[in-house]
Amino acid sequence: MDAFILAQQLVNGVTLGTIYGLIAVGYTMVYGVIRMINFAHGDVYMVSAYIAAITLAVLHFFGFQSVPFALISILIITCVITGIYGWAIERVAYRPLRGSTKLAPLISAIGISLMLQSYVQISQGARDQGVPILIQGAFRFGEGQHFVQITYMQTVILIAALVAMGILTYVINYTRIGRECRATRQNRQISAILGVNTDRIISSVFVIGAATAAVGGTLVTFNYGSFNFFIGFVMGIKAFTAAVLGGIGSLPGAVLGGILLGLTEALFAGYVSTDYKDVFAFSLLIILLFFRPYGLLGRAEVQKV
Amino acid sequence: MTRFSTFFAATAIASSLFLVPALAADTIKIGVAGPMTGANATFGEQVWTGVSAYVNEVNASGGIDGKQIELVKGDDACEPKQAVAVANRFVDQDKVQAVVGHFCSSSTIPASEIYNDNGILTVTPSSTNPIVTDRGFETMFRTCGRDDQQAVVAGAFILDTLKLDKIALIHDKDTYGQGLVDALKKTLEERGVEPVLYEGLTRGERDFNALVTKIKSAGATAVYFGGLIPEAGPLIRQIHEQGLDVKFVSGDALAQTEIVTAAGGAQNLKNVYYSSAANPLEDPATADAQAALKKANIAPDNYTLFGYASAQTIVAAVQGTKEGSVEDQIAWLRANSVKSAVGDLAWNDKGDVKDFKFVFYAFDDAGAPVPSN
Repeated sequence: MDAFILAQQLVNGVTLGTIYGLIAVGYTMVYGVIRMINFAHGDVYMVSAYIAAITLAVLHFFGFQSVPFALISILIITCVITGIYGWAIERVAYRPLRGSTKLAPLISAIGISLMLQSYVQISQGARDQGVPILIQGAFRFGEGQHFVQITYMQTVILIAALVAMGILTYVINYTRIGRECRATRQNRQISAILGVNTDRIISSVFVIGAATAAVGGTLVTFNYGSFNFFIGFVMGIKAFTAAVLGGIGSLPGAVLGGILLGLTEALFAGYVSTDYKDVFAFSLLIILLFFRPYGLLGRAEVQKV
Repeated sequence: MTRFSTFFAATAIASSLFLVPALAADTIKIGVAGPMTGANATFGEQVWTGVSAYVNEVNASGGIDGKQIELVKGDDACEPKQAVAVANRFVDQDKVQAVVGHFCSSSTIPASEIYNDNGILTVTPSSTNPIVTDRGFETMFRTCGRDDQQAVVAGAFILDTLKLDKIALIHDKDTYGQGLVDALKKTLEERGVEPVLYEGLTRGERDFNALVTKIKSAGATAVYFGGLIPEAGPLIRQIHEQGLDVKFVSGDALAQTEIVTAAGGAQNLKNVYYSSAANPLEDPATADAQAALKKANIAPDNYTLFGYASAQTIVAAVQGTKEGSVEDQIAWLRANSVKSAVGDLAWNDKGDVKDFKFVFYAFDDAGAPVPSN
């Protein structure tokens, strides 16, 4: 095993981890505000992959050929449409059940997840769909068969994820809506008394979560080139794990958890066994939760009596 | 008057209850089981399309001796547990007389035990794992080949035709994929070749970059993959993207046009080969079936044809024995051959197709499969 192989595995792990992190942000935001896991999140990500591909096809149809323009407009359009899905899910599956038991919205979210899967399967078919390669080529460091490469697409993923996280951090920390989010998170009732429209805030959290999933979905679609109606399942589980690992409810935690999970998977697969990489990753999660029950960057919740 | 009409309506409803079972007895029920939802739904769709195309044809021309065929769909999502539930439903509730299915070997194996106990003729269009017919179940037949045959052919292809001996074996931890790879491993070891890598990937994932880097560091010159298209496509693409100079060889699951999109275009399929039944579309014996599919406006996908052939097998056995018992139908299938959408099929006592031939295919510049020699 030479250094090039190790470096390549690190690159593989970080790119994969960044994607996990982006999707994990959606879980973490929703949990942070309403203390509820949005089990339809993986399928929102899947829907966004389809929207991205359809947008690309439409852009091609109208003769837009410039790749940067296509990529940016696809990202924006996908975020908006997926955001509407996020809003609708909250309206249909969460809001009517807000006053009921904690388990009810969980079940309705699983219902939405199944519904989205079947809806896409029926409307788009069960086959693997593909998109043409938009950006080809790679930076290569090294010579002959010994090199480390970062494809241009992987670079785009890293940059886009950084930008998305930057925007999100800014929104949460420095804008009015972000302040209201944090207030709702701390105490929904008091915030409502103080004039925060908490229903609207919860809606917007779902929209923001869906939009980050859309960034992930678009990037993954153009990176791996193929997708089907079932991709949300595995990605949802992995991203959820990343969110728990980093401390659910914490934004930087989601990204850190994602990158850690990606690196663990890549290194274990590369040096030990691909068969058992998930077993190893999840065992690691369990051990970590023994020592830090709220994840790496999570804060313990004070139970008020 | 009102009272009379109420009475009349009640009688009509009551008598219709008696009419329904009477009608039902005049149909022949065939169950079709496969992954209609889930990650492999595309295959279930193909099988269902093929079976219903043939059944519609038979029904339109008057059915079997005037009896219409009724199809019952069963969704196992390629999960063994669900497959058993489907099998029990077919037997207890739907009371089917024969089954086309299941699709995945991992589903067919447990479900066929139930069919065998209840004497239901079962024809799988696609389960290639040896265990499917090796357990001595009389009712079990298949229209496809066997993985151990496929593995022997694949071993000879890699070692003798491609002349490569640094082989990485990758499977998807499922009965079909791992069974195929394990059989190939045995074949290679008999020839004194030890694989440089033996790994299983997780179904449903898209990122195999870590595995590809590992294949590279193992110095493999050939990769054999046992698995299905959702994983094969990204794997091929990532091998290409990381600039590995390897030949990619796989099994009959790749015999689908969607491999071109899944792998990111025909340019990525340059060094890709797969084994499959000799292309049924080129066999003159299948002209009738092709014409029928064309008339019904159905794409002749690989498993559509095998589903069609499986339905033909069952109908032929029922017709050939003049709706005889299952024992008669089994004896008939062993003694006769069926002219099907995948060529002429005849069976040995195990239920395997006699002289099933695997042929290797490569891809041309447009991504269409061409025989490779």
